[in-house]
Amino acid sequence: MSDTLLDVDDLRVDFPTRTGLVRAVRGVSFTLGRERLGIVGESGSGKSQTGRAIMGLTPPQARISAKKLAFDGIDLLGISPRQRRALRGNRIAMILQDPKYSLDPVMSIGRQIVETLRTHEKVSKAEARERALAMLEAVQIRDPKRVFDLHPHEVSGGMGQRAMIAMMLIAGPEMMIADEPTSALDVTVQLDVLGILDKLVSDRGMGLIFISHDLRLVSSFCDRVIVMYAGKVVEQLKASELGQAQHPYTRGLLNCMPRIGFERHPLPVLDRKPEWAA
Amino acid sequence: MSAEAIQSRRDWLLSERPASRMQARLGRAYVAWRRFSANRLAFVGLLIIIALLVIAALAGVLAPYSPTFGDLKNARLLAPSSGHWFGTDDLGRDILSRILYGSRWTLYVVILVAIIAAPIGLLVGTVAGYAGGWTDAILMRITDVFLAFPKLVLALALVAALGPGIENAVLAIAITSWPPYARIARAETLTVRNSDYIKAVQLMGASPFRIVLRHIMPLCISSLIIRVTLDMAGIILIAAGLGFLGLGAQPPLPEWGTMIASGRRFILDQWWVAGAPGFAILIVSLGFNLLGDGLRDALDPRSGDQ
Amino acid sequence: MTAAITVDGLEVIFDRFRALKGVSLEVRSGESFGLVGESGSGKSTLLRAIAGLAPVASGSITVNGKTLGARRDKAFYREVQMVFQDPYGSLHPRQTVDRLLQEPLAIHGFADGEKRIERALDEVGLGNGFRFRYAHQLSGGQRQRVAIARALILEPAILLLDEPTSALDASVQAEVLNLLEEVRRRRKLTFLMVSHDLAIITHMCERLMVMQSGEAVENLTAAQLVAHRVTEDYTRNLLRASDGFVRA
Repeated sequence: MSDTLLDVDDLRVDFPTRTGLVRAVRGVSFTLGRERLGIVGESGSGKSQTGRAIMGLTPPQARISAKKLAFDGIDLLGISPRQRRALRGNRIAMILQDPKYSLDPVMSIGRQIVETLRTHEKVSKAEARERALAMLEAVQIRDPKRVFDLHPHEVSGGMGQRAMIAMMLIAGPEMMIADEPTSALDVTVQLDVLGILDKLVSDRGMGLIFISHDLRLVSSFCDRVIVMYAGKVVEQLKASELGQAQHPYTRGLLNCMPRIGFERHPLPVLDRKPEWAA
Repeated sequence: MSAEAIQSRRDWLLSERPASRMQARLGRAYVAWRRFSANRLAFVGLLIIIALLVIAALAGVLAPYSPTFGDLKNARLLAPSSGHWFGTDDLGRDILSRILYGSRWTLYVVILVAIIAAPIGLLVGTVAGYAGGWTDAILMRITDVFLAFPKLVLALALVAALGPGIENAVLAIAITSWPPYARIARAETLTVRNSDYIKAVQLMGASPFRIVLRHIMPLCISSLIIRVTLDMAGIILIAAGLGFLGLGAQPPLPEWGTMIASGRRFILDQWWVAGAPGFAILIVSLGFNLLGDGLRDALDPRSGDQ
Repeated sequence: MTAAITVDGLEVIFDRFRALKGVSLEVRSGESFGLVGESGSGKSTLLRAIAGLAPVASGSITVNGKTLGARRDKAFYREVQMVFQDPYGSLHPRQTVDRLLQEPLAIHGFADGEKRIERALDEVGLGNGFRFRYAHQLSGGQRQRVAIARALILEPAILLLDEPTSALDASVQAEVLNLLEEVRRRRKLTFLMVSHDLAIITHMCERLMVMQSGEAVENLTAAQLVAHRVTEDYTRNLLRASDGFVRA
């Protein structure tokens, strides 16, 4: 097996609208190994659409093209929707920002995890239950037996996101895409959830794409960072070398955030240059 | 007008940076119009309603005969022909002329009901929704009382009490049709009442009256217009129903419902006497329904902001 | 220095849920004061209670020497204005910027409306080109600027800021924070600002209060926080979290 899990070359996502073509992603290329890769950008940068295109969750009216979009050698754009669905959840998983919208509100958390497992693997009910409980424990839910029977609205945001992670990881995916997985959470809970994600990724040797608007958070969590602007990658660099970022956009993004202990009045603002989007 | 002139006018209307109040308002109306006219069926509906308006306005010119005086001797119950396109009725009156004049009464009923019922519903609904508490409870229970009776039965009772006649029919229909509008306006008010933009107006020191009138009502109006338009068909049918039962317009007024009522005696042998006004009701009702559907797409506040 | 806002033993109850459990606070005239906490800490509720948007069960609120009753009078709203968190929800969807700015002037009977609107738009860096746009024709940052212009147009002395930048991109956030600092300096405003982000609060405020589940945890100066001179564990946790993720 090669080290490259995902190979993206010249990915484009276009939305035809009444007023013309909106080009959300304009030629994005990168590869993912068994590592944590961060994709950072502001709203409208195309970071989420990149993640969705890889997952195959782009709205049907959009047009997707790429020179190459391959997961473990499988051409994702060439296979049938059914094959794609089989991949999704089984070998590729995705976590979204708000667990409230991604969990089924009328089904208990435990049952959702069991159902997910049983659609991908032939296991007995008892075994599925055992594995679901173990998974809930793995995402550091203290009383898994109690949470198993709760419905999504009965748990806090942090707990819901943990349950979501448990559900996504139960089938043992090799690659996970996390789109702003902690943005809806309080800062202290955010770090707990990231800690869990981090441990699971390194224990299982998964590849993780972490999509976020928060450059500082991403750089403290990921191995590599891709910075996107207006549908394009403006810079790719190691997270540890963020301080030596070359592109003025990356540097501006880093500088414009207030930091404790660094008094700057006024804050430096980003002077957007049209050539960045060219 | 040349192509460039049209294009530049369109650009002006769709400008992201309107330079005046007028341009902003026209631009918004133009966007709604484009969305509306993209819907073919809605456009057909609009054409039917425009045709109705034109016919009502020009009935005196268009009608070949008098609507109230017929030739009793020679022209009773004639089948449709080149002389009488829709035939004649039992009193020898030309049915086409009666239908053309009848469009005035249809419009009269529909417009008066809309003018009376919609504002009552809007006021009751927004006040109840915004005030909440006791005000809400009392206003909504009153609304429930009206909703509890079938519309036609309540209208019948009212007309029976007020006495037959088209004015009383209008009044009865208006009194029975405001409760659903109050319900809609209240639901709409409840969804916007706690929004930050209403809080922001409260924080400016605006009185509750001002908030309801200037900030909440404009948000309810589009769903109300849609609902009223869709109800128009129902109103016409109730008016026709009252006319049919002899409680609405009184003969010799050429009201479509009354015409059907008087034609029912001959429905098997002289089908056109009742059939022609029935067909007119069908077309106009269809027109209002299509128009309402189109307005729903064009004015829906939920889809209309982006 | 005199007190601009004094809150004493404030309790707010929503349907039996105690959102604020006896919180006291003093904001001096001309200073910028921060409220920090996570969701459910009651920081926004405290702000809304001062603005008259939350049901006060007990305790008192005094603004510029006047103790407030359940109803606020018009004079209060000329003293105190508020900027909301969500720039997409705080502007009326059917009104142009012009109409939004005219409303407070009409309510308070200002005569020189035209001039004031132009000046307010200039002050927040938007200019006249934005005057007749609807909210949906503006970006998030532009909307927040309009909201600030609307709050400033009555020339209040106190501005309540409820997470004014949390819905904005980082680069836009910097612009809006700079704008707020600038108008505060120019107009000598008192700020009471709510945020979940310690870095923003230390950047914007001289003093702050940390809150948790409806109660005050501790009062600090920004300098104390920067030097990590905090006494409560909860504050320490927050500080650690704001440094980003640290691999165990």
